[in-house]
Amino acid sequence: MSSLIMIIVGCALINNVVLNQFLGICSFLGVSKQMKASASLGMAVIFVLTIASAVASLLYDFVLKPFDLDYMKTIVFILVIAALVQIVEMFLKKTSPGLYKALGIYLPLITTNCAVLGVALTNVQDEYNFIESVFAGLGTAIGYTIAIVLLAGVRARIDESAIPKPLRGAPVVLLSAALMSIAFMGFGGL
Amino acid sequence: MNKYIERIYNGIVKENPTFILMLGMCPTLAVSTAAINGLGMGISTTAVLILSNVIISALRKIIPDEVRLPAYIVIVATLVTITELLIEAYLPGLYEALGIYIPLIVVNCIILGRAEAYANKNSVGLAAFDGIGMGLGFTVALTVLGFLRELLGAGTAFGHQVMPSGFQPIGIFIKAPGAFLVLAVMIMVLNALNVENRSDDLVNGCDGCCANCAKGGKDCGKEEKA
Repeated sequence: MSSLIMIIVGCALINNVVLNQFLGICSFLGVSKQMKASASLGMAVIFVLTIASAVASLLYDFVLKPFDLDYMKTIVFILVIAALVQIVEMFLKKTSPGLYKALGIYLPLITTNCAVLGVALTNVQDEYNFIESVFAGLGTAIGYTIAIVLLAGVRARIDESAIPKPLRGAPVVLLSAALMSIAFMGFGGL
Repeated sequence: MNKYIERIYNGIVKENPTFILMLGMCPTLAVSTAAINGLGMGISTTAVLILSNVIISALRKIIPDEVRLPAYIVIVATLVTITELLIEAYLPGLYEALGIYIPLIVVNCIILGRAEAYANKNSVGLAAFDGIGMGLGFTVALTVLGFLRELLGAGTAFGHQVMPSGFQPIGIFIKAPGAFLVLAVMIMVLNALNVENRSDDLVNGCDGCCANCAKGGKDCGKEEKA
């Protein structure tokens, strides 16, 4: 049990997926201009990443590894993730219109989010079993949500301040991310 | 200017994927810890990009429009797997250094973006040169970024000691925050020099989704407002 908690803390804070491993930077920089959108995207990522880690882990353990198809994992994972996102979207639309309304528009964005493929591949690399993979996926997604919501909060303030012209736009966002990254390095002491 | 040469100029200068379009940020920030890693990543991505552009351009009349994205992903993933196995076999040092970011070339926005925006509309020759140009632009950007970070963070250039012995390396530059910091300063300098920067589209207009960028920005921001 305690090792599972360590996995969550490790993935969410110490090895933060965005600020430390640079996965999912596209949406991190793009969507974070709105707080509400950031929170919804974060929820959608938690949802998809946890399921995707579970499916990828099962697939690897019961199909790819027994048949010695390790080298196919990149192709298989990316296709499975793309298909999975589609299925989750259709399933939510049918069964839970409320949840679909909240998450639906962000689901397609996640297919190309490299964090999903990144976690699936890292889980294999770290030789996590099924349960550990699910928790690693969950922890990573929580870390992503924390980072994007925090950056959205910072950017809400940046928008209202007078910033030198050359810094406007991308540079100031990247600088904010740099400061957040320094702060997250502090978790390395945990 | 010859239109083939123009593609190369376009990729390296006019629409530099890193500094102007701000595509493929994940590998840019992650592997630029040293100049040689940036160079290795740049060349790997260039190889995949040229081949994927050529194949997609050659198949552009065969692949049905509705399933083109999955088809592109399969093509790119196959090429990436081949590249990964080649690097693992012949350059084990680079394979160690780049790690998980080699398979992640599949989700590099530059590759799908060029497939959608250029390769599926143009001839094989032009698509190949577009791939060379964009790939070189990416390679140059990664190498410069890696060079600066390595110089400040370790006092070396391509592994050779260049800074005077009195120089105290600033370790943070080869750690994660250094990547954001150096890129921020470089884009700030380009902004100050009035280089046209499309990054504002990414940060303010586009919702930062690779799939949307891949559509050529047509649907940028739509989903977010919905």
